Amino acid sequence: MTVELLVAVAIGVLTTGGVWLMLRARIFDVVLGLTLLSYAVNLFIFAMGRVRAGAAPIVQDGVAPTLDNYTDPVPQALVLTAIVISFAMTAVLLVVAIRARSATGTDHVDGSEPPS
Amino acid sequence: MMAHLPVLPIVIPLFAGALCVLTERRFPALPRALSLLSTLLQVTVALLLLNRASTGDIDVYLLSNWRAPFGISLAVDRLATLMLTLTTLLGFLAALWSLGGDDRRGSHFHAFLQFQLMGISGAFLTADLFNLFVFFEVLLASSYALLLHGAGTAQLRASIHYIVFNLLGGALFLIAASLLYGLTGTLSLADLSGKLAALGPDDAGLAQAASWLLVLVFAVKAALLPLYYWLPATYGSATAPVAALFAILTKVGVYAILRVSTLLFGAGPLAGLLNDVLPALALATLALSAVGALAATRLASLVGYLVIGSAGTLLFTFGLGDERAIAAGLTYLVNSTLVAGGLFFVLDQVRARKVHGDTLDPDRAGPPVSRAAGATAYFILALGASGLPPLAGFFGKALILKATIGSSWAIAAWTIILVSGLMVLVALARAGIYLFWKPEAAVPSGTPSSATASRAALALLLSAVLGATVLAGPIAAWAAATAAQLLARERYIDAVFAKVPAPPAWPNRAELEERVRQGGAK
Amino acid sequence: MMLFALVFGPLVAAVLVLLAAPGRRSAAWAAGLVALGSFGWLLTEFDTVATGTILRHSVSWLPQLGLTLGFRLDGLAWLFAALITGIGALIILYAAWYMSDGDPIPRFYAYLLTFMGAMLGVVVSDNLILMAVFWELTSVASFLLIGYWTHRDDARGGARMALTITGLGGLALLGGVILLSHIVGSTSLDVVLASGAQIAAHPLYLPALILILLGAFTKSAQFPFHFWLPNAMAAPTPVSAFLHSATMVKLGVFLLARLYPALGSTEAWFWIVTSVGLATLLVGAVVAIFKHDLKGLLAYSTISHLGLITMLFGLDRPMAVVAGIFHIVNHAVFKAGLFMAAGIIDHETGTRDMRKLHGLMRSMPITGTLAIIATGGMAGVPLFNGFLSKEMFFTELVSGDALSSHLNDFGAVLLPFAVMIATICSVAYSVRFIHDVFFNARPDELESRPHDPPVFMWLPVGLLALLCLAVGIAPKWVALPLLEVASSAALHGGPGPLPAFELAIWHGFNWPLAMSGIALLGGTALYFGLQARLGLHKTSGLPCGGRDLFVLTLRKLTSIAQTATSGLENGHLQRYLLLLFALIVVAVVLPLATSSWALSGPRQTLATPSFIVVWVLAIAATAATVIAYRRRLLALVLMGIVGLAVSLCFVVLSAPDLALTQLLVEMVTIMLMMMALRRLPEESPERREHLRAYRDGAIALAAGICMAVLAWAVLTRPPPATSVAPYYLETTVAQGGGANAVNVIIVDYRGFDTMGEITVLGIAGLLISSLLFRFRPTGPKAPQPGPPSLMLVLLSRLLLPLAIVVALFLYFRGHNQPGGGFAAGLVMAIALIVLDAGNGQAWVSRRLRADFRPWIGAGLMTAGLTGVGSWLFGSPFLTSTYDYPWLPGVGGVPLASAGLFDLGVFLTVVGATVLALFAINGLSEPDSAPEPPRS
Repeated sequence: MTVELLVAVAIGVLTTGGVWLMLRARIFDVVLGLTLLSYAVNLFIFAMGRVRAGAAPIVQDGVAPTLDNYTDPVPQALVLTAIVISFAMTAVLLVVAIRARSATGTDHVDGSEPPS
Repeated sequence: MMAHLPVLPIVIPLFAGALCVLTERRFPALPRALSLLSTLLQVTVALLLLNRASTGDIDVYLLSNWRAPFGISLAVDRLATLMLTLTTLLGFLAALWSLGGDDRRGSHFHAFLQFQLMGISGAFLTADLFNLFVFFEVLLASSYALLLHGAGTAQLRASIHYIVFNLLGGALFLIAASLLYGLTGTLSLADLSGKLAALGPDDAGLAQAASWLLVLVFAVKAALLPLYYWLPATYGSATAPVAALFAILTKVGVYAILRVSTLLFGAGPLAGLLNDVLPALALATLALSAVGALAATRLASLVGYLVIGSAGTLLFTFGLGDERAIAAGLTYLVNSTLVAGGLFFVLDQVRARKVHGDTLDPDRAGPPVSRAAGATAYFILALGASGLPPLAGFFGKALILKATIGSSWAIAAWTIILVSGLMVLVALARAGIYLFWKPEAAVPSGTPSSATASRAALALLLSAVLGATVLAGPIAAWAAATAAQLLARERYIDAVFAKVPAPPAWPNRAELEERVRQGGAK
Repeated sequence: MMLFALVFGPLVAAVLVLLAAPGRRSAAWAAGLVALGSFGWLLTEFDTVATGTILRHSVSWLPQLGLTLGFRLDGLAWLFAALITGIGALIILYAAWYMSDGDPIPRFYAYLLTFMGAMLGVVVSDNLILMAVFWELTSVASFLLIGYWTHRDDARGGARMALTITGLGGLALLGGVILLSHIVGSTSLDVVLASGAQIAAHPLYLPALILILLGAFTKSAQFPFHFWLPNAMAAPTPVSAFLHSATMVKLGVFLLARLYPALGSTEAWFWIVTSVGLATLLVGAVVAIFKHDLKGLLAYSTISHLGLITMLFGLDRPMAVVAGIFHIVNHAVFKAGLFMAAGIIDHETGTRDMRKLHGLMRSMPITGTLAIIATGGMAGVPLFNGFLSKEMFFTELVSGDALSSHLNDFGAVLLPFAVMIATICSVAYSVRFIHDVFFNARPDELESRPHDPPVFMWLPVGLLALLCLAVGIAPKWVALPLLEVASSAALHGGPGPLPAFELAIWHGFNWPLAMSGIALLGGTALYFGLQARLGLHKTSGLPCGGRDLFVLTLRKLTSIAQTATSGLENGHLQRYLLLLFALIVVAVVLPLATSSWALSGPRQTLATPSFIVVWVLAIAATAATVIAYRRRLLALVLMGIVGLAVSLCFVVLSAPDLALTQLLVEMVTIMLMMMALRRLPEESPERREHLRAYRDGAIALAAGICMAVLAWAVLTRPPPATSVAPYYLETTVAQGGGANAVNVIIVDYRGFDTMGEITVLGIAGLLISSLLFRFRPTGPKAPQPGPPSLMLVLLSRLLLPLAIVVALFLYFRGHNQPGGGFAAGLVMAIALIVLDAGNGQAWVSRRLRADFRPWIGAGLMTAGLTGVGSWLFGSPFLTSTYDYPWLPGVGGVPLASAGLFDLGVFLTVVGATVLALFAINGLSEPDSAPEPPRS
């Protein structure tokens, strides 16, 4: 069991769950899906800097500042930005869902109940 | 100040937007003035940059004073300034139009408008892939806000699809950008260009996958088949100044595809990545958009399909990747953007003044608007949109036809461009006749006459459309030079790398470093 | 220069008339003077042009397209320009009396002038593209003029039809001239006209020819595009006389004449042009007999004559070209006169229906006489102009060698025979026109008593009738010089030799004369025969299905388009998303399947047991979330566990900043979703959709596998040798002033990203608050939360000071350790929200003046001003500096200007987050929404 394999599988599983939920018909389910997907994406971005334990990119005196001693800080910075943005957008979508439900009486993604 | 010109198109709206938010409770009238002033300033800056770019030099601005590829840089080339000029112009007109009352339908209109402009300008200027993502998000977030401005049910309904689609697009962008970083270790476009070209066979497939994902993201924004379904409902439900500004939003996607296809897909495993697929999809988009235009039962969706069609036309030329085709496309872009913006203004007039809104149901008797400015404006814009002379739309189309002779796409392109042109003409004529000629059954009482500010905005836009016709020669020349500059990738790359940071205003960093080592770090 | 004025004069005048909107007389005067002035100038230039000189003027416009504003006036152009301005002046005179006061007169003249300018532009263009530009402009002007009476159904329908058909032709023409200019490498007419052989040999010749002919045929109403012309008769009669008989419809045949040196003389040309011309000639002539409407008869007659002219150019013989040009002039003269006469009759009697009109000769002698003269031209009666050109036509048809190069013997006989039939028909409808209207019993059942119109209304007709006779009687003097110079220009694009011909009334007894005689007698007999046997007035006219077919086609096309569009775009998000996911999978799989790549590299790290535990937790929680998604609250809790596991994962994998932020965001998100859930259904409805679930599952699995494979492939590779990452590690302390590379990247190296990011956050906060501002949800009411427990109240109030301390701590150490403005802001926001939840918002509002909108503005301003501040030191936007001032007792305090930037981040984060959460939470507590903005 290597970390690489586990991380890759976790990304795959999170993506699968997220995509499947996004394909549901209710906005709330879509939001759940988007959140799972964003976990997957965050992990994915993070993974692009390769993974290792115990090497946080906080430069210590006496430890040569190379990628052998620290993890790649760039993907981490990118994930931080991504987390914030996806949080903001999720909130917006939720509120739109509340408004739309009030206006249309349904939280179906198409704004109307499908004929059953 | 001149040295900081490149960042002004982003900073000005940022400050204007922030000031609007900060002051609007105490001084409710201030946002209007701020918005107008800010957009005027932006137009000025854009024109100054345009002038500077016309020398052929590429201006590079190092944010935070870090040289490429370590910091984020802005690159001001001909393409960027062209897009910037169009954006700021439409931004100014949208702000002006909104003074007619559209800005009072909800809160924070002007702040959102400014942030929208900030996002669009940033997307055109940045030379960094991840920063492009950030500005995409800025422009999208504010576009949600503007779309929902005065939230009606139709807007809420349309916005759900729009938001979900674009959130997914954002996730995809992150995947693509980080994958490229994982393979090359850089995010600077200029740096990526060289490093992608140098990738070995072990990475070729992965780089291609990442690139396709990236193109997919842009295609969602550019409304390329089969990803355009969100557009007609979304644009059709927005208020006029917003929709007019949205006319530039699809162009952001188109721009991004042009940028990456010329800069990143030039050599190595990515060379000619789009050449087979993109023209086909773009032509199919154009064809289906014409079908949609013919089918449209509302002016709003008709205009929406026109926007899609123009994106399709543009992407076709950019997909060909040949210098003359790109030049023709860029010439076409100027006109189609202005015309689409204007049609959204007219659409708003129609909606405001007609009992049945903008429906185009031939079985329903009238009543059209009085043959006021609206009819003339519609007529001129419809000429421009359907590519009839003497307006510039004709020239763009003719240049594109000319540029495709001899390519393997010639027959398909000619057939589709000419036939779709005819279909659009039929659709526009039908809509115009129905909306402006069919006799009035009963004038809705108390029809608002459009405000002076809105009329002025429309008049200015029409003069821009006519101006683009008179200046067709210079515009086409500029477009040709732009295409040449785009295809000479090294110039962009060299310019970005050649920019040196300003000398530190604070000397002896070494000394500081020493003090950090002693006391700062734990 | 005068050429410029010739073209742009009318266009400028049109704009002026439209803007100034003068009275009807002044508008007519203005238009008339423009037309007369142009005509006068043309007359003065005739001598120059007649010597073979070509007047030119040119200004560059769009060199990339080869488009110049280039004009050239040779004989052919002169002839047309004179027709346009001369007849135009007469039409304007006529219209001044014809139009009624109720119509918007300035618009009429503005359109008319636009049309005149566009026409002149086409005929004097020296540039193929420019010609196409003006060509389309004539279609547009014609559209406006046909639809001039916008309140009439037939006007709107006719206008639309004309625009569609001529627009089709215009686009084809555009394509054609682009191809043509591509073949010869120039858009200049001179070059094109001189390159006939080169063009004919080029592989693109046929497409270019077909496209250009499409343009010509649609404009000149050739079969099967003829039907728009009768429907264009809904236009006011001056328009019909001007555009739809004398000038615009001649553009098609003008184009044939103009490009004859370039495109003619090939098999394709002969076959296409001749057969289309012949078909049109026949169809028009036959249908015209059965028309009851005066203008309808004249319209089909026009179609028929245009067919004749087309056929002449198709015959591909120099002499036929001469005849064609001659007939263009003759037809313009007599047909414009006839239309104006029809207009007078309509004006006086109130009807154009020949079943109602009788015996007008008695009451309208002048009009009658003039109409008879013009009809003489139309029928080809000797001594009238039409006779001469028809005679030339016959001569060409029967001369032995004329057709032998293209046709076998049978065809060579058939062709004159077919033409004979058409000619007989044309005599028949001419006779009907005169007989039905002016004779054929006394007038009856008419409302008003008709009489001749005022002199200025019949004067234009009179002048044209005079010209008819003058040409017919003394062709050598009146028409020959003009015909010679125009024909040589058509044949050679400039001066050149003409075939020998003699313009005379009498050539002795020969075949053509016999044919003319047979036609006259046969036609008259045909008319009276039909009248006697069939009772022409009782027939309902011949079906000329064009119109119906057009309407039907258009309707069918529209409905197909609607079906297709609604089939593609059914408005269901799920379908669009499915499509997008499918594309994503394709975008990953296809390159991987077709290009070289390696699935894995050498990099492998053994997982620690703690990581495996976290991993199992993440996977299990994900699976549980998906399974339980219908029960939303449960799913939310499970999702929180996933988020927690991901945070732990970041902890293990050396990303403390991520872990911290992820955890805080997670908390806020869950809170937010819980609050939102109070306003949304608690469960997703159950639906039977197994098939869909499997399909979605398959695509989701495919997407998951793609992501996993991509991640795996990169994870196992060594970092790229050229990565920028080491640079940050090396310089973060020395030049960034902080040990925490991630934080320094965020506020310094890539601070610009962060500025964008907080802008997004700010926008979101503002949007949420404005969406929920004064919003009272309808629908099921959420259960009111009970009174807050005392414990919670106390705890939450205690929490705030604590949170402030923690926030300050996180904020200040951010540069060197995990933390920073963002995390600090979230801590602060969480504390405020807990306070809010614990005490009720009213309480918080009172103490906090809880409008957090300005916080967003202030935060963005702070960040922005920090950025601009560096300009003062001559550095770019957002340049950071730092120092470590020594404070007694504390030691080095990290003080980077980036810290100020981080303050902006902090403010924005607090503002946006609290704003959003308060707004959502406020939904369940009426009357506690934040104070509204005044605007």
